[in-house]
Amino acid sequence: MMLIPCPFCGKRNESEFIFGGPVGADRPDPNAASDAEWVEYLTVVPNPLGPVQERWWHARGCGEWVTIWRDTRTHDIVRAPDGPK
Amino acid sequence: MAQSNRLAAGGRIDRSRPLTFRFNGKPYQGYDGDTLASALLANGVRVTARSFKYHRPRGIVGHGPEEPATLVELDGEDASGNRPATTVPLREGLSARSVNCWPSPEFDLGGINQLFSRFIPAGFYYKTFKWPNWHLFEPSIRKAAGLAAAPKYAPSCGYFEARHAHTDVLIAGAGPAGLLAALEAGRAGKRVFLADEGPEAGGGLLNRNLTIKGQPAMNWVADAVAELQGMANVTHLQNATVWAYREHNMLIVNQRMPEQNSLLERSWRIRAAEVVLATGATERAMVFADNDRPGIMLATSLQAYVNHWGVLPGQQVVLFTNNNSAYPVAADLAGAGALVVAILDSRVHVPDAAMKLVPDIPVHAGTVVAGVKGHKQVRAVRAVPLGGGAGAWITCDLLGHSGGWNPTVHLWSQSRSSLKFDETLAAFVPDSAAQRCRAVGAAAGNLTLDQIIEGGEDLPYAIDPLWRVEIADQKGKAFLDIQNDVTVSDVYLALREGYDNVEHVKRYTTGGMGLDQGKTGNINIIGTVAMQKGISLQDVGTTTFRSPYTPVSFGAIGGLREETVLFPYRHTPVTQWNKDNGAVMYEAGARWRRPGYFPKPGEGLQEAVNRECRAVREGVGVYDGSPLGTFELKGRDVPKFLDFLYSNVMSSLKPGDGRYGLMLSDDGLILDDGVAFRLDEHRWLISTSTGHADAVNQHMKKLLQTEFPGWQVMITTVTSQWNNATICGPRARDVMQALGTDINLSPKAFPFMSFRDGTVAGLPARVVRVSFTGELSFEVNVAPRHMATLWDKVMEAGEPFGILPVGSEASHVLRVEKGFLSLGHEVDGTVDAYDLGMGWAMSQKKPDYLGKRSVQLRRQSGHPRRALVGVLPEDPNRQIPEGAPLTPGGRREATEGLITACVWSVMNDRWVGLALLENGHARQGETAHVRLKDGVIPVRVTKPVFHDPDGKLLRS
Ligand SMILES: [Zn+2]
Repeated sequence: MMLIPCPFCGKRNESEFIFGGPVGADRPDPNAASDAEWVEYLTVVPNPLGPVQERWWHARGCGEWVTIWRDTRTHDIVRAPDGPK
Repeated sequence: MAQSNRLAAGGRIDRSRPLTFRFNGKPYQGYDGDTLASALLANGVRVTARSFKYHRPRGIVGHGPEEPATLVELDGEDASGNRPATTVPLREGLSARSVNCWPSPEFDLGGINQLFSRFIPAGFYYKTFKWPNWHLFEPSIRKAAGLAAAPKYAPSCGYFEARHAHTDVLIAGAGPAGLLAALEAGRAGKRVFLADEGPEAGGGLLNRNLTIKGQPAMNWVADAVAELQGMANVTHLQNATVWAYREHNMLIVNQRMPEQNSLLERSWRIRAAEVVLATGATERAMVFADNDRPGIMLATSLQAYVNHWGVLPGQQVVLFTNNNSAYPVAADLAGAGALVVAILDSRVHVPDAAMKLVPDIPVHAGTVVAGVKGHKQVRAVRAVPLGGGAGAWITCDLLGHSGGWNPTVHLWSQSRSSLKFDETLAAFVPDSAAQRCRAVGAAAGNLTLDQIIEGGEDLPYAIDPLWRVEIADQKGKAFLDIQNDVTVSDVYLALREGYDNVEHVKRYTTGGMGLDQGKTGNINIIGTVAMQKGISLQDVGTTTFRSPYTPVSFGAIGGLREETVLFPYRHTPVTQWNKDNGAVMYEAGARWRRPGYFPKPGEGLQEAVNRECRAVREGVGVYDGSPLGTFELKGRDVPKFLDFLYSNVMSSLKPGDGRYGLMLSDDGLILDDGVAFRLDEHRWLISTSTGHADAVNQHMKKLLQTEFPGWQVMITTVTSQWNNATICGPRARDVMQALGTDINLSPKAFPFMSFRDGTVAGLPARVVRVSFTGELSFEVNVAPRHMATLWDKVMEAGEPFGILPVGSEASHVLRVEKGFLSLGHEVDGTVDAYDLGMGWAMSQKKPDYLGKRSVQLRRQSGHPRRALVGVLPEDPNRQIPEGAPLTPGGRREATEGLITACVWSVMNDRWVGLALLENGHARQGETAHVRLKDGVIPVRVTKPVFHDPDGKLLRS
């Protein structure tokens, strides 16, 4: 079970969080994007072997969404928002 | 005969406390401090098990968690299965049975498998998938493959619990290295958690006669334990196995027999700043023909039975080794009175230091065992020179073998730390750490006491590996994995058939996949693969070590989190009233318990539902709508946010008014439906379906926090802050008047889709005019503390009008009659608003909202779509199962739709249904066909509404 750093609550057990998936591309302007661009935005989910940016919801804590970088090989949290140390 | 193999003195057992126990129905006696295995050996019980695949007779092989052969099932109050006999502490009245045999291991009917063994080769299971037919073999494989059955009942004599702990240093193993690490950390003032799997600290020292600075090593252990006991910062647990090493230095410890009587096991989840793995080393087996016969045991296990339990399992012993560790074994056995007939050492040169320990025992260097006489009991072994030859049979009743030692790297490897093959030790040893952990002592490859503790005296370790005995005329199965009956020829077969990666060899042969996880044999599989492929063991590598290190009971994992504790039910304040009035309670999503229907005595479901429906359609009914998800949104950007969230326009609502809307996800799927009300300029109230409230909450918060962090919108969950009684039916206004309210109830002053604040029956209330039944409805919302009072008053005021409570079954009928959506019925992830006839909810005016572009994109593909229609079975009394497929003409073809709901309509006096049907909007008036296993049901396609098609009643 990972320890996820919440900028408001500090390091907390993964069981307090709900996984919100990797952070994909920014949402394109739906009125300007081509069909292919729109489909790519919807369906291509980052799945790297290495650091991935992803979101976790501290549902059983402060209720805030946290965005971190996690290395998929090691579960090391390589980048996290600032917060109480 | 009683305890014929027990030594007169010695061992760490209490001879003053005899215990009686039963094994396979027979009574025996042992002592306090015994394991089931040591007690069985003391009683001379040789055949203790039958093997998994071939049902060969087996005895006890090891003395700890490495035991591959003897698994038992415990009877009684804390029944459990598949326990290695070597890890079951003896207690008074213990009753155990062997697994895998019937009626007994001595006479086992499954033993007939031995005759067919050449038909059960490696990969047998996989091959039956391909030819001739898995189903042909399945019943007999399932029967034969069973280990112990799961206990039928939860233990009646106690419970399991879980604890969390944080520590500076977690130490796994209380052998000399672990104790030393604990002393160091403890003296430095660190918080220390020391856990050891055995009942007593000491590790390998418990089994041997070693000295530290001239004193017995166990004296040092006793001093160390006493010092640790005096430190408040040290938690020291025995009978506590560290069985899992997870990410971010979280480890799980299973503690058995904690101090309280009623507590069976405790599961510790420990977060450690630093981990020290002092997990020792495991002796490995030798591989030769018939190496599984009862009486063939690990050499050090023989030593352990003598020194630790005062048991000498046989009288005439042969030892077979490739390393030094068998020599102290020989010395200890001889010291206990055994006749050590010979030591067969596969090494050509035996170190002098080893020879010095056994001056009176014949040592045959360069010699191996290449055959065994005896079926249920070893009677003689065939000693053959390493290079081959006739050899000689040596009579014995016990053979101890040692294939060398593996550092116990299970936890190290679970932590993702790497291993390297050490040529000197001929074993995989810890290399680089992936987390904050280090291995010490034998686990790090320091296999002898002198390497661990200053002043420790021990024979230096030396080995010349022998992964298997290769003598041309060797006859009989040579087992690599005794538990799963995997032989050398199975591995050859796997390699021949192309499974040459070590992970594939493991799966194809099942080698190392037993409960013991191949602790004594995996290395020989790796060695065999390496020899066969002509590569090094380093290049073959190990299979992945996975948790649990040793078996863990499900009870310990579950702890106290049985169903209603893990996911408690949610109740509204009228739950007790519902139960008192005979409600049949249902789970209504999101763990809410709601009444399904209210049968009168002797009444069935359909009759009760019909009665409730008729009340709503013709008189008045009331239901508790409290579980509906409710959120209050505040802030000046709420209109903008709701316009993005819903497919229709919400920002144009005036304070006091509301609108039904659809929420889509950005891929165009319908996420939820509900109603939004504007309370005032900057305050809004939205409702969601009961089961999706949490998902919608998550969705909204994610959008606001990650996409629009600058928008001023605050969300508060108020589902449990408002409860409501929804009064519905043509007489609903009469009931409201009878309750007494200061709200003007006339349709003009208080129209459909608006709300008013006021008092109802003297209680502060917010009354909302929405309708989920199609009838005139008043949703009376009050604070939860007033809900029970309100409910009683509604029932009282409604009595003259024949008011009835309405359950979810009737609500379902009423919404189907109206063609109102139900997520999960009509909305299944393939349909969009147009398919549902709700194109009006898809704003054309708004340039963007979630899902808009995706719905457009999907519809422009031109593929035929399934649309929501009503269906009337031609036979009005024919019910159609929900989910039944529609096919063209009822023929056996690809489906063109499905029935999403079918209910008995009291208003139409017949069954009516809803369906998703291809091109359904254009097919109204036509006949479609439901295809079932037992026939075809013709149905007429209609509009999806069977009552008040213009919606006059709900606006009335
Ligand atoms: Zn938090």
